[in-house]
Amino acid sequence: MFSKILIANRGEIACRVIKTARRMGIKTVAVYSEADANALHVERADEAIAIGPAPSAQSYLVADRIIAACLATGAQAVHPGYGFLSEKAAFCQALANHGIAFIGPDVPAIAAMGDKIESKKLARAAGVSTVPGFLGVIADEGEAVAIARDVGFPVMIKASAGGGGKGMRVAYDEAQVRDGFRSARNEARSSFADDRVFIEKYIEQPRHIEIQILADGQGTTLYLGERECSIQRRHQKVIEEAPSPFLDAATRRAMGEQAVALARAVNYRSAGTVEFIVDARRNFFFLEMNTRLQVEHPVTEMVVGLDLVEQMIRIAAGEKLALRQDDITLSGWAVEARVYAEDPLRGFLPSTGRIARYRPPAEDTAPHGSVRVDTGVFEGGEISMFYDPMIAKLITHGADRDGAILKMRDALDCFEIRGVAHNISFLSALMNHPRFVAGRLTTNFIAEEFPSGFGGVSVDDATRHRLIAVAAATHRRIVERDRQISGQVAGLRSPVASDWVVRIGRINHPVTVGLVDGGAVVTIDAVDGVGPGLAVRSGWEIGDSLWTGTVDGIALSVQIDRLGVGYRLTHGGAQLPVQVLSPAAAVLADLMPVKLPPDMSRFLLSPMPGLLVSLAVAEGAEIKAGQELAVVEAMKMENILRADHDGVVAKIHATTGSSLAVDQAILEFA
Amino acid sequence: MQQILAKLEAMRGAARLGGGERRIEGQHAKGKLTARERIELLLDRNSFEEWDMFVEHRCADFGMGEQKVPGDGVVIGHGTVNGRLVFIFSQDFTVFGGSLSEAHAEKICKIMDQALRVGAPVIGLNDSGGARIQEGVASLGGYAEVFQRNVLASGVVPQISLIMGPCAGGAVYSPAMTDFIFMVKDSSYMFVTGPDVVKTVTHEIVTAEELGGAVSHTTRSGVADLACENDVEALLQLRRFIDFLPSSNREKPPVRPTADPVDRIEPSLDTLVPVNPNKPYDMKELILKVIDEGDFFEIQSDYARNIIVGFGRMNGTTVGFVANQPMVLAGCLDIQSAIKAARFVRFCDAFNIPIVTFVDVPGFLPGTAQEYGGIIKHGAKLLFAYGEATVPKVTVITRKAYGGAYDVMASKHLRGDVNYAWPSAEIAVMGPKGAVEIIFRGDIGDPAKIEARTEEYRQKFANPFVAGSRGYIDDVILPQGTRRRLCRALAMLKNKQLENPWKKHDNIPL
Repeated sequence: MFSKILIANRGEIACRVIKTARRMGIKTVAVYSEADANALHVERADEAIAIGPAPSAQSYLVADRIIAACLATGAQAVHPGYGFLSEKAAFCQALANHGIAFIGPDVPAIAAMGDKIESKKLARAAGVSTVPGFLGVIADEGEAVAIARDVGFPVMIKASAGGGGKGMRVAYDEAQVRDGFRSARNEARSSFADDRVFIEKYIEQPRHIEIQILADGQGTTLYLGERECSIQRRHQKVIEEAPSPFLDAATRRAMGEQAVALARAVNYRSAGTVEFIVDARRNFFFLEMNTRLQVEHPVTEMVVGLDLVEQMIRIAAGEKLALRQDDITLSGWAVEARVYAEDPLRGFLPSTGRIARYRPPAEDTAPHGSVRVDTGVFEGGEISMFYDPMIAKLITHGADRDGAILKMRDALDCFEIRGVAHNISFLSALMNHPRFVAGRLTTNFIAEEFPSGFGGVSVDDATRHRLIAVAAATHRRIVERDRQISGQVAGLRSPVASDWVVRIGRINHPVTVGLVDGGAVVTIDAVDGVGPGLAVRSGWEIGDSLWTGTVDGIALSVQIDRLGVGYRLTHGGAQLPVQVLSPAAAVLADLMPVKLPPDMSRFLLSPMPGLLVSLAVAEGAEIKAGQELAVVEAMKMENILRADHDGVVAKIHATTGSSLAVDQAILEFA
Repeated sequence: MQQILAKLEAMRGAARLGGGERRIEGQHAKGKLTARERIELLLDRNSFEEWDMFVEHRCADFGMGEQKVPGDGVVIGHGTVNGRLVFIFSQDFTVFGGSLSEAHAEKICKIMDQALRVGAPVIGLNDSGGARIQEGVASLGGYAEVFQRNVLASGVVPQISLIMGPCAGGAVYSPAMTDFIFMVKDSSYMFVTGPDVVKTVTHEIVTAEELGGAVSHTTRSGVADLACENDVEALLQLRRFIDFLPSSNREKPPVRPTADPVDRIEPSLDTLVPVNPNKPYDMKELILKVIDEGDFFEIQSDYARNIIVGFGRMNGTTVGFVANQPMVLAGCLDIQSAIKAARFVRFCDAFNIPIVTFVDVPGFLPGTAQEYGGIIKHGAKLLFAYGEATVPKVTVITRKAYGGAYDVMASKHLRGDVNYAWPSAEIAVMGPKGAVEIIFRGDIGDPAKIEARTEEYRQKFANPFVAGSRGYIDDVILPQGTRRRLCRALAMLKNKQLENPWKKHDNIPL
């Protein structure tokens, strides 16, 4: 076994690998760029080596620097995590040349599977079912159009070296093929330094289901069940689960056996993932094989009960797998939600900056009661513009799918992040979505269910009542405390009243708050009389931002922020602005005018902090709805801003090449 | 007896109606509340005791003899906010447009006199069309009577003005002399001369809201301290605000129990100051993380944003915070920020409120605008205010403390009681680069030499140790432990006694 390994990665995955290595008694070496000098993975590792400037092309992607770090520290092996150098055969070869082990597959397997086109040919040869398409390199837009016509619309344009949704475009007509070809190639070039793209038939209503395999290179190749990753946004996975609610045992076995056949065909060693696309009739087609640990591997670990990183390390050290296929059983259900620094209310635009508050839910890794947080950040840390905006992965396990989802909802309710925008409200909305709960998933789920983006969620009546009870009880508690201020005039003191009005937005909910031992009883006046009293119990203290307790016996977690003279309650993906007023004040509050926010529709605002790459129009230009106006680059993604109505450009406010703040005006319409 | 009681009830009823249903509806239609509704919102339920409900004006000219409304356009009395006594006057726009008559002024003076005698704050809810023109000079005299009392009460009891409607002409000078002014957006304005006169004289065309609305006065002029969305929010904010203030200069600031532990550690503060000394960070995060429950009442949050002032609590007791804000103008001191902070420091000192100062200041803002604007005199105000203050003063230098600005910001030399520095502190005459370019002027042509000298200077001064060796810094503290250290310092200073030499009053550079 190795005594010291280096982790050639950053963020949550570096931390996660370090955790297993430590448990196995293996020393760890982290590498870091200038932007990551204070990162969590650096602190968690036994040693850390700086490998260059912030851009990953000058640090995490430079194989020589990693190798030098290995040599300097005496690390015997490298775990590459995912992304970066994890699927670069040349890196793997370079390590071998220096006698350093690669905790992953061998060079030929990476090379064979790293190229999407080659891998498809191999898969066909190994008897794996594949999607129709053209597996050659495409020279230009004209050829792309011709091929698309050949395969039949719709088609998918993909970067050969792609992954993570980058360099992928769907095209329904020739114009979209031209557009998509161009942008896929540009993105491929900037993200992977490899601009080859290919085209295949695009399968509609598809599910993304992948098989985890584990091979020791000494005769044993196992499949560890599947993961369904259909909940994606712009080809970026958001929610993953294991097992899939869609597969039956026969399909699972067929997919697993094909995946194993493919792995055997390339003499695969280590953990790997064979991705399939599955149509509505459970036909499945090979998509690609990822010759590395997947982001979503924890759901498999939770249902199979294995530590995949540990297995990878053991295999890389030459150990034989002690398991047979019969030993693999799936127990319970696991769901993973990816917490990103992006604002779902602003079209999921990435957010960067200092994480002023970071309080993930408590981990509970006891068997069958599991909440797991794979995190790469800490309170006071920073989400940098240089890397993937993932903050953490939240994984829950339950006896069945409903149980896992239920736990996920509460874990999301407890997850506190302030300072950067995050997608927790959206994740909560997904977990509460009836179609998700029913398991009717496709990779178009988000596009179909949130066609005009995510506009926030509202809570159902029962939840609203519970939140009203929480607001009333906490407010009463605060008022009682405020009445203990010093300097009161003894003869003028008056008792705290028990009748209050919980005002949500402009809707008044009259309540009576009675104090009882260890809590409060909140009675909400209903239209047709007085509702039943809701017993509110909590260990909450004034100033705590997370309220956990029970309302009428039902456990509940609510985040409470001060909002001027009121509060903002966050629960179930909803954010409710709440004031608790005296009945007289509530009547008067109704008299207050509704103020509309200023009209900014005359401006094209930068939807995110980023760089103004180009302006497609000049002052005085007439524009049509849908026309490209400007391109803003953020997080290595080029975002095309288009006109949403016809008009004339009156004034340009920003210059090409300048950096933009969120909501900064780029141009003004007449 | 019965008869008199019935008459009393009838008179009370008439007084409560003010200018009548129609005018009340008009007031509501403008998004404003009536004088009594406002009092009800501000005070503890059923705590208001009204005085002078039956006072009427004594004017007989211009047909005023027939127009009398009991109360004469202002409601006065006392009540409690969380059990603590306050005096209040609330102008009633429904009665003669809230205009100030001699009798109206006498009512205001009555509660001011009483407040001064018993030591309780005076709250003014302003909503008045101005002088009662029919009364002529009697009305002017009334204003002056109020002004004189504002002056005498200043520094004795807190005086707070809420502008909730018009406040124009000479009327502005009563709020102007109070300690804090809150305004309501879109329904209140303050100016000495209104848009019509402005148009005639300077040909500027501006609306009342642009000229003297809440936003103008909280962002451009600095006249007001807080802009509120509406009457309800303004009054509830005022309740929250009063809880921070002592009732008079004879009292210590109020103490409110809290469950927030005094030894709460905030590890994230260790990364608040960026590695790059030229990168800004949000000083407000430090304030929010060290105070009790994150409950901060910021004053003038949108004016001179390069300095932050406001009230918080440490272990339950009110503390005034003054902090440079590196996010704006790199935290430089300039005319506006010096005046803003000086006034705040003097309020705290007048009312026995300890001052905690967080320092990250690269110096005074250069330029002709500043020099011609009198930065010398205005900057001196802050220096003066800190120097004369005898309340407990605790200072934490988080990063830069350069030049004269270091001296100003509650330094040891200005009788700072406890002066801490974070490890990232740099206490020096100026930044390393600037210093080297002066000391080694001859080497300016040689970048390599300059760089070496700069590094040498940085090694020597860009740290808290030189200041520490002279005792200018009492200790270097870990950022994460700042709350604990501040609470401890303030506890130690609880019974601090310090007096300035006897004087009639000082001569602060106004």
